Amino acid sequence: MQTASLPGGDRATLVRSPLARLPDRALKYGLTALAALILALIVYFFIRLVGEARPVFAKEGVFGFVFGNDWNVSAEHFGALPLVVGTLITSALALLIGVPVAVATAIYATELCPLRVRAPLTVLVELLAAVPSVVYGLWGIFFLAPKLQGAEQWVADRLSFLPFIGGGAVTIPNYFVTGLVLAIMILPIVSAISREVMATVPSDQKEAALGLGATRWEMIRTAVLPYCRSGIVGGAMLGLGRAIGETIAVTILIGDAPQLGKHLFGQGYSLAAVIANEFGEAQGDHRSALFAAGLVLFVLTLLVNGAARVLVMRAARARHAPGNGSGQTPGGGQRLAETAAGA
Amino acid sequence: MIARGTILTATVIALVPLMLIVYYLLRKGLGSWSTNFFTTDPTGNTFFKSSSIGGIKSAILGTIEIVALASAISIPAGIAIAVWLVEYGKRSWFASTVRFFVDVLTGVPSILFGLFIYIVLIVGTGSTYAGYKGSFALALLMLPVVIRSAEVILLLIPGALRESALALGAPRWRVIFSIVLPTALPGMVTGVLLAIARAAGETAPLLFTAAATLKTNFNLGQFMNSLPVQIYTDVTSPTTAVVDRAWGAALTLVVMILLLNLIARLVSRRSRLA
Repeated sequence: MQTASLPGGDRATLVRSPLARLPDRALKYGLTALAALILALIVYFFIRLVGEARPVFAKEGVFGFVFGNDWNVSAEHFGALPLVVGTLITSALALLIGVPVAVATAIYATELCPLRVRAPLTVLVELLAAVPSVVYGLWGIFFLAPKLQGAEQWVADRLSFLPFIGGGAVTIPNYFVTGLVLAIMILPIVSAISREVMATVPSDQKEAALGLGATRWEMIRTAVLPYCRSGIVGGAMLGLGRAIGETIAVTILIGDAPQLGKHLFGQGYSLAAVIANEFGEAQGDHRSALFAAGLVLFVLTLLVNGAARVLVMRAARARHAPGNGSGQTPGGGQRLAETAAGA
Repeated sequence: MIARGTILTATVIALVPLMLIVYYLLRKGLGSWSTNFFTTDPTGNTFFKSSSIGGIKSAILGTIEIVALASAISIPAGIAIAVWLVEYGKRSWFASTVRFFVDVLTGVPSILFGLFIYIVLIVGTGSTYAGYKGSFALALLMLPVVIRSAEVILLLIPGALRESALALGAPRWRVIFSIVLPTALPGMVTGVLLAIARAAGETAPLLFTAAATLKTNFNLGQFMNSLPVQIYTDVTSPTTAVVDRAWGAALTLVVMILLLNLIARLVSRRSRLA
């Protein structure tokens, strides 16, 4: 089958006729064009999005749109501050709750757990990424939020002296529940990246720490964590990007109230949720405002993900350094793990 | 010791939500499963008992149709771009740029893919929602996942294999089609299945592209229902029976996605390239 015949086999040098070279060229340029198409698509999307958002920017001003605290559809006022703040609060909560748990899971899986437990544990955490976001929303609004309401009210009453946290009445959809569900949703990706980065710590460094008399935890603290810091931060930022862009679960859980939430357990809105919720019946300036919200979201996630990529890449480059000895394909393992974690 | 205990506790905490979700899905979801549930379309009635609200047939079929077309677009395109990255682009600046943008694309919120398709295929053509437009949105979402997983596998193929084929006089395209791709394909199945699983669960890109409808239809040029969108609309209903249908649909969706994940894992265990 595979007998590639040499054209003019009697010739001394192997020269293909121009016709025989044609498929090669076609394939090369065709594939290059396809790759270029990806870049073109992203750039085109950006330009079109700016174009669609222009009317509302002309009306409110870019600054006025992003920082105006008045989202009133019937009065045609579009200030997106309540949405931006909602996105930031819920994403920050997701990081605060999710990252420590994710990193702890990664430490446990790479350094502490019995070898037999490692694979099942990894699979279970990654299964969290397989649950669709609409199912998280459904579960959050009908199970988690009602179950937590009492506890939240207790905390809000006890901490009533604290601004923003204490005080008001707890509603079922609220910032906190949204942040909590987002924390669960970003767990797999943050954990997967942290685990991969921790696996790159040279074993002689760990052994050196243990040899100097460190306990296992001291070894983790002095040898593992400092070595992986930028990788873990990168993973957390990828999680942040995920939390910022999460749409459906947030739309169901945050309460869709276009005002700045008075407190942590009150209703709010987010950039992604406003698009999902209002785009269907939006007209004119309203639609343009939603495109503008999409643009803000796009820029926000680009910045966060770009920074995250640089950090993770830098951490991944460390494994090219000699003394690694794990025999893994550089970058390969991590990327596959990320894919499995739903990246 | 204390630190170790804290870490173990945190790990356990990480697993609790999964257990709770699975438990509630089974408890609430199984209750609404019935033959009728899978064989009838939703009726749109929300005021009556569960017997008259209908099932999720159109949603299941719609999801399968939309995702199938999305896969048919994104899998060949994704593998082609991965081949370009590994065989032609390599470490050139252009390839690095493409790689970076593919990574960035992974992080773009799914609802923005919906907006993009809306701008291009609905505002751009002056038409309305259709199943195939939803497929395009999902294809954009799957593309980066397919590309990066395929690239990982292609990188694992030993260079000696390519060089032997080239030394035998095979042109590059022959090497790619007869040597590289057949060797890599079994390994690529995993990433492809995970991409399909991810696309199947997405709601946001479908809201303004394929929209929702009640009837089953097999024409991707028409409005099309899908499981995630059906769940999303049912969640907001005040009627208990409709919410129960959402649980049943959610269980169906999760079972479909978990099956894909399971197959992906089995396949990846079978075909270790390294």
